[in-house]
Amino acid sequence: MTKEPLKPREVKLMKGNEALAEAAIRAGMDAYFGYPITPQSEVLEYLTIEVPKRSGLVLQAESEVAAINMIYGASGAGGRVMTSSSSPGISLMQEGLSYIASAELPCLVVNVNRGGPGLGTIQPSQGDYFQSTKGGGHGDYRLIVLAPASVQEMADFVFDGFVLAEKYRGPVLILADGALGQMMEKVDLKAEGSLPKTVPSWATRGRSKDRDPNIITSLFIQPEKMEQINMRLQAKYKIIAEKEVRYEEYHTDDADYILVAYGLSARIVRKTVDLAREKGIKAGLLRPQTLFPFPSVRIAELAKHAKAFLDVEMNAGQMVEDVRLAVNGKTEVFFKGRMGGIIPSPEEILEELERIDEKIVAYQE
Amino acid sequence: MEDNLVLEGLEVVYHKPDTLTEAPFHYCPGCGHGVAHRLIMEVVEEMGIEEQTIGIAPVGCSVFAYHYMKIDMQEAAHGRACAVATGVKRLLPEKYVFTYQGDGDLAAIGTAETIHTVNRGENLAIFFINNAIYGMTGGQMAPTSLCHQVTSTSPYGREEKAMGFPLKMTELVAHLPGAYYVTRQAVHTPNAVRKCKKAIRNAFEYQKENKGTCFVEIVSNCPSGWRLTPLDSQKWLEENMLPMYKLGDIKLPGKD
Amino acid sequence: MYKSDEIIIAGFGGQGVLSMGQTLAYAAMIDKKETSWMPSYGPEMRGGTANCIVIVSEGPISSPIVTKFDSGIVLNQPSMEKFEEAIKPGGVLVYEASTIITAPTRTDITVLKIPAIDEANKMNKKQVANMIMLGAFLELKPILAMESILSALKKVLPERHHHTIPLNEKAILRGRELAAEQLTVSNTI
Repeated sequence: MTKEPLKPREVKLMKGNEALAEAAIRAGMDAYFGYPITPQSEVLEYLTIEVPKRSGLVLQAESEVAAINMIYGASGAGGRVMTSSSSPGISLMQEGLSYIASAELPCLVVNVNRGGPGLGTIQPSQGDYFQSTKGGGHGDYRLIVLAPASVQEMADFVFDGFVLAEKYRGPVLILADGALGQMMEKVDLKAEGSLPKTVPSWATRGRSKDRDPNIITSLFIQPEKMEQINMRLQAKYKIIAEKEVRYEEYHTDDADYILVAYGLSARIVRKTVDLAREKGIKAGLLRPQTLFPFPSVRIAELAKHAKAFLDVEMNAGQMVEDVRLAVNGKTEVFFKGRMGGIIPSPEEILEELERIDEKIVAYQE
Repeated sequence: MEDNLVLEGLEVVYHKPDTLTEAPFHYCPGCGHGVAHRLIMEVVEEMGIEEQTIGIAPVGCSVFAYHYMKIDMQEAAHGRACAVATGVKRLLPEKYVFTYQGDGDLAAIGTAETIHTVNRGENLAIFFINNAIYGMTGGQMAPTSLCHQVTSTSPYGREEKAMGFPLKMTELVAHLPGAYYVTRQAVHTPNAVRKCKKAIRNAFEYQKENKGTCFVEIVSNCPSGWRLTPLDSQKWLEENMLPMYKLGDIKLPGKD
Repeated sequence: MYKSDEIIIAGFGGQGVLSMGQTLAYAAMIDKKETSWMPSYGPEMRGGTANCIVIVSEGPISSPIVTKFDSGIVLNQPSMEKFEEAIKPGGVLVYEASTIITAPTRTDITVLKIPAIDEANKMNKKQVANMIMLGAFLELKPILAMESILSALKKVLPERHHHTIPLNEKAILRGRELAAEQLTVSNTI
């Protein structure tokens, strides 16, 4: 197949999943390995159409287990690699992610979160927050977790994800959800070939005689050595926590109530903030764009002045634990969630906020 | 090594290949792994491809294969060597890639990866060490354990109706169109070693010609797991393993 | 607050509900407006009811998912039952009148009754009923330039269907005529 020239910067109307796949090609992805699962199969489908005409390679693996281990191999060989799946498939990848974190291999993993547990539902959910931010597989490790809230961020975070993965030599997860994957919005796509690439010196590409063999492994049988590896990982996570926190604020300056939400929930909460302000309730939104590292420092600052926090998620209350840790008892933290693939409406969150407002006002009087 | 005895005026007729490191093998006395490692590395050296070869180590006794093989290597999760090898080979199609896997890794936990890698005809070599037991974890039953074989998890013998039959992975993958060259060898006698080395060489040569998957089973022994002396283990291999796992080529190029 | 139109389009899977929404979203982009298109997805798409929410806005869109709508374009009875109450007071509801037997009862919204399926059959192409509905809606609420809608069609329709673009254009025009007739009548009453 004849190759198409590199694409310039373009504004398009695209589905989240397709924007993410297109961004991956533009970001110079060398290889994609994946397995179909709703609601993210468009990623693999899009890539199987585009990659042969553009650059890189795409392979439909026999399972998510195989896909993540192909990622291990190709990343270890120095490639810029990506896989994507949805919740049950991401669960299958956890073993591989633990190995990848330990062997310190850069890669980008995308979870288009659907409702669980179990086979669950194909509707959008945020039920995988714990799995995403606390490690997910065995052992002490973290993934850098990026939480897009628009089709634009679905594309942008692919570029950012590759940069972070390569900078810190580790797996980066984009935690989206079914609605973000399926919805269409305008997206400003970066020019293809704009992200620089170098072949890492540690990659296994054949040993030249002037050096020792490169070994990609997560096996360190001596506990002293294993502890050292752990300490190195933890030191890395500490730097990430200091340097890579990202969040967005909306009307937090004078807010009595800080609503905390990420991804699709944050879009809905933004509307709630508007509705609340129309009613004279001073609400503001803090939207973490990175879930690990978490904007704990900023939340602690906001906790000094806020009357209360309301954490909103499409789960039974997962991120709220991190919000509570950050608030550290300075003020009350409430939670509103819907589960199993149900998306809360801006109005029902507003009702919750109004209940909290009444309670706080009554307490103050 | 510095403390090597230097014998003046003698001709070197046999030496350790430079593609093996100085690390002494940790394998039990009499185990076939060391011979298999050496044969692969001899072939790599003889073909002059050590700078273009990437090996994938399994989980099992040979988990530390990368301590001995002086080439770039990756250590895979249990059973995933073929998937890891696929990732490497797809990214670097001009390089030589092989996996080195035991029977638990390849024929139990990694069955799906093995079959699909061969079915895609990935242009790489799979070296499969079959000793009918899980050596590293202390002699548990393997998918290739023989009927009535006593292991630490089949203490009354492998009863096939409850525990399944010995799995002939090599015959199984030979049916797949992606398999180009499939053979079963052994390393228990000098003659077997010579034939085995030839098979390993074939696997690399075919990879050079981009022919598809080459699958070399090496029937081997496990004196510790079998609770036998090294010598008795070779006898047991001949008497028990070989009738089930017959040596020879199973699929040859052009003879499908 | 900036001007924004939150639109629900609902009907049976196969009626072109999702592509109607995409046409609006593409046209909004061509008109340099902010837009989002959120489909209902899943098994219900195959034969059951399908819907999408399209937002066309002068400024950034907060939630792409809303439960109250400025406009509704409804193509089947179950969707009528589901969404009549979801139209904001003062909003508009355009419904397919050849198959929906229960007319809406709301008096605080503008209702357009468009027999799009009958009209499409008259044009010998029942697939263009959605475009008749779209035309009717745009006559009532001209939120997007007609030429942008026509350019958007080229984006939404796969290339193998591009020969049907003139017919789709005709259908949109027919929808506008039907709406205009009704609006004139209601204005004279």
